[in-house]
Amino acid sequence: MPRYPTPANAPPKVRVVTLRINGQDVSAREDETILSVAVDHGIRIPSLCYLEGLTAWGACRLCVVEVAGIPKLLPACSTVVTEGMVVETNSDKLKRYRRMILELLFAERNHVCSVCVSNGHCELQNLAAECGMDHVRVPYRNAPYEVDSSHDFFRVDHNRCVLCTRCVRVCDEIEGAHTWDVMGRGVECQVITDLHTPWGESESCTSCGKCVQVCPTGALVKKGTAAGEMEKLGDFLPYLTQMRGKQ
Amino acid sequence: MNLEELHDLATQAQAKAKSQEHHVHICMAASCQSSGAADLQKGFTEKVKQSGAGDRVCVKGVGCMGLCCAGPLVRVESTTAGGESHLYQHVKKDDVTELYASIGKKPVERLECPTDIPFFERQQRIVLENSGRIDPEQIEDYIGAGGYRSLVRALTEMSPQDVLREVSDSGLRGRGGGGYPSGLKWATVARSPHPTKYVICNADEGDPGAFMDRAVLESDPHRVLEGMTLAAYAVGAEYGYVYIRAEYPLAVERLKTAIRQATRRGLLGRQICDTPFSFEIEIRLGAGAFVCGEETALIASIEGQRGQPSPRPPYPADEGLWDCPTLINNVETLANIPAIVREGGQWFRSIGTEKSTGTKVFALAGRITNTGLIEVPMGISLREIIEEIGGGIPDGRTFKAVQTGGPSGGCLPEEHLDMPVDYDTLRTAGSIMGSGGMIVMDESSSMVDVARYFMEFCMSESCGKCIPCRAGTHQMHGILAKIARGDATAADLQLLEELCEVVRDTSLCGLGQTAPNPVQSTLRYFRHEYEEKLKADPFAAAKPATT
Ligand SMILES: Cc1cc2nc3c(=O)[nH]c(=O)nc-3n(C[C@H](O)[C@H](O)[C@H](O)COP(=O)(O)O)c2cc1C
Ligand code: SF4
Ligand code: SF4
Repeated sequence: MPRYPTPANAPPKVRVVTLRINGQDVSAREDETILSVAVDHGIRIPSLCYLEGLTAWGACRLCVVEVAGIPKLLPACSTVVTEGMVVETNSDKLKRYRRMILELLFAERNHVCSVCVSNGHCELQNLAAECGMDHVRVPYRNAPYEVDSSHDFFRVDHNRCVLCTRCVRVCDEIEGAHTWDVMGRGVECQVITDLHTPWGESESCTSCGKCVQVCPTGALVKKGTAAGEMEKLGDFLPYLTQMRGKQ
Repeated sequence: MNLEELHDLATQAQAKAKSQEHHVHICMAASCQSSGAADLQKGFTEKVKQSGAGDRVCVKGVGCMGLCCAGPLVRVESTTAGGESHLYQHVKKDDVTELYASIGKKPVERLECPTDIPFFERQQRIVLENSGRIDPEQIEDYIGAGGYRSLVRALTEMSPQDVLREVSDSGLRGRGGGGYPSGLKWATVARSPHPTKYVICNADEGDPGAFMDRAVLESDPHRVLEGMTLAAYAVGAEYGYVYIRAEYPLAVERLKTAIRQATRRGLLGRQICDTPFSFEIEIRLGAGAFVCGEETALIASIEGQRGQPSPRPPYPADEGLWDCPTLINNVETLANIPAIVREGGQWFRSIGTEKSTGTKVFALAGRITNTGLIEVPMGISLREIIEEIGGGIPDGRTFKAVQTGGPSGGCLPEEHLDMPVDYDTLRTAGSIMGSGGMIVMDESSSMVDVARYFMEFCMSESCGKCIPCRAGTHQMHGILAKIARGDATAADLQLLEELCEVVRDTSLCGLGQTAPNPVQSTLRYFRHEYEEKLKADPFAAAKPATT
């Protein structure tokens, strides 16, 4: 949907379109994305950077789907449905691609689950199980990253970060603090607080903890949790945005 | 300014040029400057001053003459009847006295560069028509060469739709790499009812070995401004940006000068040519990240954000800079516009092939005799470019492959040399037109090394946003290095091929989507070079037949 109002593209009411996902006929509002329509109809599409309540980022590429007539794969989280669209979310090729993307993630940093506070409550771990990724063929990078424990309540372990930028977006879009951002390029990317100052010294952080709650892995955690103890409140965000919308 | 005033200015400029019998043109583009052209200009200017011949001899710095490998280049021309023109190559500071003395007399044979060679004769210049002929720092020179006529005529005699029609008729396709029909893109922006629109000139030029856009901006900056202004008129934009990398200081300086001059002449800014149409251009400097040439990343960078691509749609033409419809075109694309408006879309269409019209500028580099900048009609064969214009491979070596399209392109072997150069044929052969870099390789180049080099480039230029490109290019580079070292097995090669497929199909932007191209094309044509480097898998025998 265009974000600016003009007489021509601000129709008073949103139309309903019909489309087909995995052979199932579904109807949807024309401003919905493939992912949200799929979720509404109980069709699961794996995703990692997407989080309801935040702007779509389109970066993890796990949610890419096939759309008939379009040669490229499209990210379901940021592709709006159109009338007559025919979508395939789980072809053999897509499954193979998703496994490879997960392998790349697991090899990129240190994801040794058994010692992680998020063990058993980790979205990355769940995705690997869901997509049948049971071994990693590419070599591990084994690059050590820092662990920043300077904050009074929270800790960031960059070794577990998948660069989904959920923390960046929630802090900017919901909390309004914009403490987090990304530094560097390529595999050297890293999330940082303020201008790469230790989290505990950040002047913009309000210690609200939203970033910790949205982080899919054990990268952002509450201090004082032991292995497997860090459970996150996944659904506070849709509730928050919904309530704000009502105001 | 109206057409008459412009005409007067042009006549004045031409008359002034005619009044001086002899012209010494020194190439002042970056390549010749780096080999001492500025000293030559100083030397010649001093000679003129000493001999008091200022009214007879004109010394000026001009833009790129093309044959960069023979620089610094100096052209001595006489305007008198039967006037001669001599091009001198590899001119040194000590040669100035001898050259100056020869003006109007016998040329200095020792330094002469033949101009009847295919390098000059086989070219067809549209984008570079003024390059190497006019002083890029003087708007009068551009006007004298017919510049700004298209703009003034369009504003006073044509409607925006007329301009758009000419561009659509011309069949011009984007020269930034994608080859998207410019007319279609312009029409999308023009159609939008949004009150604010932007035109962006993409001068980020990040491909290693490419310097076409730099040369155009350094040699004829007004041409790009005129093209942008015509585009703005056609689509209804009032503001424009030139996004240029800070590593091009000379081009930036000349652009700034050109913007100042054009604004002072009323050819840019508020109420251009006393019509209600206004257009202002600002320069934005990029820090030189390759990915910032990608249009959505470029827009993010102009907005002051991290230069990272975002998924398309929405396309910039619908929702671009600050969410407004934005026309973004490459330097060379825009540099074609004044000629298209001047001569008409049909004229442009008559050059080149049916689906790839016009000419293309290429930067010839690598193992080739004549390195430099050329402009040739589309549809010319690679063989003509390499063997005739480029003068073949030096030192008695043999041709092995030509790389087009930079890190997004591929390597083509001997058997494809007779293929016409156009967007679609290059693509079917596994390469791309790209922005115009052309690197020629002889038998001494290892294709695995070439692939590894480009992968290293993509790996370090990946913005890191999406997983397949960020981690995938890193892994592919690792495997390529392993193959080059001779440590890889057939399983590694298979993994490499699988990675190529995943990264190509799932990456977010063009950088990741095309990063596997150099690997896939070299595997397609030079697979044996990879296989020769593989070592036997020590565990092959121990492994069960099926895994
Ligand atoms: C990684 C990447 C780098 C690019 N770099 C450039 C560039 O340096 N210059 C350019 O004009 N286009 C570049 N492009 C293409 C632009 O995204 C865009 O398609 C182009 O500027 C459109 O102009 P055109 O239609 O005139 O070609 C790049 C694309 C990608 C994916
Ligand atoms: S710290 Fe967590 S939320 Fe932030 S980018 Fe890394 S994985 Fe995502
Ligand atoms: S493909 Fe590469 S450069 Fe493009 S968005 Fe993804 S990580 Fe960034």
